[in-house]
Amino acid sequence: MVKRIIVGAHYGLRDWIAQRATGVYMALYTVLFGVRVLMLPDYSHASWQALFSGGCMAFATFLFFLSLFYHAWIGVRDIFMDYIKPTGLRLALHLIVAFLLVGYAGWAAQILWRLAA
Amino acid sequence: MSETTVRKRPKHLALHQIRQPIPAIVSILHRISGAGLFLMLPLLLWLFDRSLGSATAYDAYREVVAHPLVKLVLFGLLWAYLHHFCAGIRFLLLDLHVGTDLQAGRRSAWAVLVVSLALTFVIGVALW
Repeated sequence: MVKRIIVGAHYGLRDWIAQRATGVYMALYTVLFGVRVLMLPDYSHASWQALFSGGCMAFATFLFFLSLFYHAWIGVRDIFMDYIKPTGLRLALHLIVAFLLVGYAGWAAQILWRLAA
Repeated sequence: MSETTVRKRPKHLALHQIRQPIPAIVSILHRISGAGLFLMLPLLLWLFDRSLGSATAYDAYREVVAHPLVKLVLFGLLWAYLHHFCAGIRFLLLDLHVGTDLQAGRRSAWAVLVVSLALTFVIGVALW
C-alpha cells in the first residue's frame, strides 16, 4: 500500500479542465479563422479590417485571446513550478507573468473594439 | 512535499545519455513551442495591432514583416503554433483514451511532427 498524505490547494483539477477547455476553444477558433481567411475576397488592408470588425468575429476573437492568456498562464506557471526552485524567484516570475497577461488582455480588447468605433 | 513519497528510488536523469522516444520529443517540443509563443506575445500583439490600425500603422506593419529576420522569427512561431495545435489535439485524444497503446502512440507522435512541419511549409510558402 502506498503511504500518501494528501496535500495541496486543490486547484489541480480546475486548471486541468481549464487548460483543455481553452485549448479546445482555440483549436476551433483556429479552424474558423483559417476558413474565414481563405474566404477573403482579397488580401488587402480593408478586407483584413472588415474580417474583424463584425460583432461576432470580434467577440469570438476576444474570447480566443482570453483563452490564450488563461492557457498561457497555466502553461507558464507549470514550467516555472518544474524548473524554478527558489520560492521567492518563482513567486516573482508568477506575478510578472500574471500582470503581463492581464495587460495583454486589455491590449487585445483595445485592438478589437477600436475597429467598431 | 518530502513526506508524500517515502521510498527512495534510483534515478537516471542524464538527459544527454537517454535516447528519447518520439512521444517524449513531441511532448518536450509542446512545452518549448508554448514557451516560445508566450515569450513572443508582445511582438505578435504589436503586429496584430498595427495590421488592424490606420493606413500609416498598416504601412509600418508591412515594413516590419518584410524584414528577413522578422520573417524567419514568424516562420518559427508559425511552426510553434502548428506544432502546439497538433500535439494539443493528440493530448486531448489521449485524455479520451484514444490511441494509448505503444504503437498508436508512436504513430500519432510521428504524425504530429510530420503534419505540423508540412502545414508550416505550405502556409509559410503561401505567406512568404
